[in-house]
Amino acid sequence: MVSTDLCALRLKTAVLIGFLVLGGSAGDVTNGQARPIVVSAATSLKEAFSEIGRLYQNRTGSKVTFSFAASGELEKQIEAGAPVDVFASADEKEMNRLQAKQLIDEATRANFARNTLVLVVPAGSEVKLHSFADLERPSVRRIAIGNPKTVPAGQYAQQLLHKIQLWSKVESRLVPAENVRQVLDYVVRGEVEAGIVYSTDVQIAQGKATLAARAPELDVDPIQYPIAVVRDSFNSRAARQFVDLVRSPEGIRILEKYGFLDPK
Amino acid sequence: MIWPAFKLSLLVVSLTTVLIAMVGTACGFLLAKRQFRAKELCDAVLTLPMVLPPTVTGYYLIVLLGKRGFLGRYLYGLTGWTPAFTWQGAVVAAGVMALPIMVKSARAALESVDARYEMVSFSLGKGEFETFFRVTLPLALHGLLAGIVLTFARALGEFGATLMLAGNIPGKTQTMPLAIFEAFIAGEDRQANVLALILTFTSIATIYLTNILTRSPKSA
Repeated sequence: MVSTDLCALRLKTAVLIGFLVLGGSAGDVTNGQARPIVVSAATSLKEAFSEIGRLYQNRTGSKVTFSFAASGELEKQIEAGAPVDVFASADEKEMNRLQAKQLIDEATRANFARNTLVLVVPAGSEVKLHSFADLERPSVRRIAIGNPKTVPAGQYAQQLLHKIQLWSKVESRLVPAENVRQVLDYVVRGEVEAGIVYSTDVQIAQGKATLAARAPELDVDPIQYPIAVVRDSFNSRAARQFVDLVRSPEGIRILEKYGFLDPK
Repeated sequence: MIWPAFKLSLLVVSLTTVLIAMVGTACGFLLAKRQFRAKELCDAVLTLPMVLPPTVTGYYLIVLLGKRGFLGRYLYGLTGWTPAFTWQGAVVAAGVMALPIMVKSARAALESVDARYEMVSFSLGKGEFETFFRVTLPLALHGLLAGIVLTFARALGEFGATLMLAGNIPGKTQTMPLAIFEAFIAGEDRQANVLALILTFTSIATIYLTNILTRSPKSA
């Protein structure tokens, strides 16, 4: 009974396989349409990629299915053989590990966007914060960050807190979340006094979370988003088309609309 | 993170089992021995967490008990305390998830007690309280014990609702199932294996115990 949630993960994979097999064969039999591709992307890319996905479907007439989760979780799924065509991570580490195991097509790998870290507080919160250093105040009882073990946003947050020598002081108040949107959700619901998310998440909160401070770029490694075609892709041609679209001027324009910076 | 998770799981599960054994038996008693309006509706609502995905139950709990939740905001206003991200929150989540099993077992066990024995007790001048503890309870004991063991097992395996309400804070709210999930995702396979084995053996022991307890005394 314990393993039900791990089973859920497997089930997700099985569903993905189902999608691919059914959708794929239907496409082949009826009108030779391109097969649908599956894109595993970091949670922070949800809105931007959904829009790029619509553009891709209009452009090519073929379908794209997204699987949004923490990059570390997606990495594990691909490692376990999930039928994924494209992987877009919020961190280079996951991509490096998959590349070392030869699970992605190296030639297609590229950084396509950049992000920054910000401190957010619930809208209308009595606890007013103006900088990351304010996290030390006793009135800040709980701080949500991504789980540093699996969530890149959490790893960057940890790095930042170490750099500004705050980690040991606030460590006991940290609430690790399963992905960066959960951090935002905790803030929006007022369950925590503050949270560390990507700058692109702030506008997603639609005014329910307020920007308190931006991380100085010098204190964190540049947050690069890499993308690549998965080696075992059933449809690497369509997958490459999707990657090209993400990196095209139109793709970059959509990413910028949601607050991403162009890669350096 | 194996030891703290194990200790926390034990604490949460024992407390949950004791609480739910009492609350569940009380609910089961009302459903088995009393007639009131909307009785079956009550049963259905109490059974709901067994049917809903645990994350949905967890979502309800957050919406209800969170700091700005429907009940949680009054709790927070009065006491300055909120169950979110505390080990007590894990007890609440495990309790709500385990309650249906206890209520179902208790109702079935208590219904199976022949009402004539209770009538005899009443006619001998014993009150309802004494009748329950000296007649009904001993006769239903096997079924109730089985329910308690299953409650223990359900609480031990609870994941989804706990993650939603209590979060996954190592050393504070991270129970064994959560530690397994985190270890697996983070690629710490050895830890995941050890924790999974501990839980598997505990579960086998629980099922074995349940089978012994539910066997009728005559055939034993």
